Amino acid sequence: MREFLRLVWNEAEKIYRKKRLAIVILILLVLIPMFVYAQYKEVQTLVERLGTSDWRVALQQQIIDTQNRLNSSRIPEDWRNWLKIRMEQQQYYLEHDINPNAPGAPTFVREFMERGINLFIPLLVMIVAIDIVSGERSEGTIKLLLTRPVRRWKILLSKYVTMLLYISLLILLVGIISYLIAGVVFGYSGWNMPVLTGFVVENGSLNTEFVHLVPQWKYILMAFGLGWFVSVVVGTISFMVSVLIRSTPAAMGIMLASLIAGGILSEFATAWEQAKYIYSVNLDLTDYLSGQMPPLEGLTMSFSLINLAAWALASFVVAFMVFTRQDMLN
Amino acid sequence: MSVMSEQAQDVVLSVRDLTKKIGKKTLVEDLSFDVYQGEVFGFLGPNGAGKTTTIRMLVGLIRPTGGTISIGGYDVRSSFREAMREIGSIVENPELYSFMTGWENLKQFSRMLGDVPEERIHELVRLVNLEKRIHDRVKTYSLGMKQRLGIAQALLGKPRLLILDEPTNGLDPAGIREMREFIRNLVEQENISVFISSHLLSEVQMLCDRVAIIQHGKMITVSTIEELVNSAIDKVEWTVRPADKARRFLESQEDIREVRQEEEDKLICRMPPDRISFIVSKLVEQDIEVDGVRPVVVTLEDLFMELTGGEGIA
Repeated sequence: MREFLRLVWNEAEKIYRKKRLAIVILILLVLIPMFVYAQYKEVQTLVERLGTSDWRVALQQQIIDTQNRLNSSRIPEDWRNWLKIRMEQQQYYLEHDINPNAPGAPTFVREFMERGINLFIPLLVMIVAIDIVSGERSEGTIKLLLTRPVRRWKILLSKYVTMLLYISLLILLVGIISYLIAGVVFGYSGWNMPVLTGFVVENGSLNTEFVHLVPQWKYILMAFGLGWFVSVVVGTISFMVSVLIRSTPAAMGIMLASLIAGGILSEFATAWEQAKYIYSVNLDLTDYLSGQMPPLEGLTMSFSLINLAAWALASFVVAFMVFTRQDMLN
Repeated sequence: MSVMSEQAQDVVLSVRDLTKKIGKKTLVEDLSFDVYQGEVFGFLGPNGAGKTTTIRMLVGLIRPTGGTISIGGYDVRSSFREAMREIGSIVENPELYSFMTGWENLKQFSRMLGDVPEERIHELVRLVNLEKRIHDRVKTYSLGMKQRLGIAQALLGKPRLLILDEPTNGLDPAGIREMREFIRNLVEQENISVFISSHLLSEVQMLCDRVAIIQHGKMITVSTIEELVNSAIDKVEWTVRPADKARRFLESQEDIREVRQEEEDKLICRMPPDRISFIVSKLVEQDIEVDGVRPVVVTLEDLFMELTGGEGIA
């Protein structure tokens, strides 16, 4: 056990010395203010357009807009369903006097996770995870690593555990940094604001039977939990790719392509149901919390969780099988 | 140092019928040799002969297709950890973590060994003469310095066998000499065995007690440097007229081999030097004029070239 902790310490030192976490923090420090400003601008424009800062008016306006679009006959059936669900949800918020977009740092943190979960957060994870093995191979240091009196699986496991630690730290940093920066503009309060969750999608309609209110902090906790889960899954797949592909740029390319493919498929492959088995289509876990219509038929929270877990498990097994048997030829 | 007395010594590394095939290609075939405690063993062969493949198998980076490797009595496959405790190695270039300092690198590897005291690291830094630069990033090191840090790293666990793959590659002549002296001191002071590979015999001949020469993945010879030298001095150059008649005679002799005509009246052959006077008298009897007889001193490098068919030129 002490030996294993020393190995984890070694791996953590390598990632730290490579300044990977510093890069992630830098990205967050540059991008979050931009997102905060964009959000701020959006609120401003809405207020200007409606001539009032009352969120009820804004929400009412959105519902009317949606209704108008629904009346147009050229909208495809899928899109129409989704709009209906959207509208019902907005009406629910209006009827219960809940502002779904009440400004405040916690709201920003929540929305940031909701929007970042399918691409932005996975990208940050990749910065840490993608060269964890391939880097050693392209640098040639793998020869030093694997000629020690330590079994290969232990070395790989220490790398994996270190990756999990860094991912956890990363999710924490996303929360803390986005909260601190957003608070400057929107204020730091709003943890207890009620948020609706518990939407169930059944046969293309939104079942609001189980909808209930939770305080925002609880909702954020759930969203970040899901964000962490998605990160671990993406991290594990990157980890496998890093074992299989010697070249870090190639590994990066493969991961990026597969992540973006998920986004593209959710956009227009609604007819191809089997696409739901692709891991990157399942990353929008927070959408199930907020009651967004899933892009593909058959996607539910439990399906996505099981699917992602299966991907992670398979990647983990492949990574270990390959790494412990592989000939390190060069 | 004679071979016979070495036989009684401990065997540090024992390789038997080592074979590696990848697909249909045979990279290494049926290599067998032993390395004894306290000796410097040269592992020679032209580029692409399978030296690095063999070394990678010795240190557990590649799985052999057949045969066994045992280090200090431990089988590399079944007792990997124990076997690795016995060796320190640099495979090909000394690639270390360039984004860390030399000291941090040594700390990394000592953590992997588990129980290396801080004094041992200090001692090694002094030994490889890196005190002044040990807290600089490896990125800023010269090749020679990286090589020395690599050796320090290899010696951390007080191994019985040091495996060096082409340690002189890329070093300038001064660096090569320095490396040679360093290794020699190491052997004297720490009673360590050194397994050293090279594609140039001249670079290691002064260092090695014994050498193995391989080509196309097969063992050509394992012998002491003395034996090699002896086999290199049996060449004799004859200045004779008429050369073709003399040639026919030489070729008819049982203990004369590889007769070939060098110039119009010059023949070169291999033969025991103590037979020269007998052959001279025989040639004279047959009315062949013998204008000169000269044992040819062949350098080990020439011999090496000859053994490996001239592919040693790098």
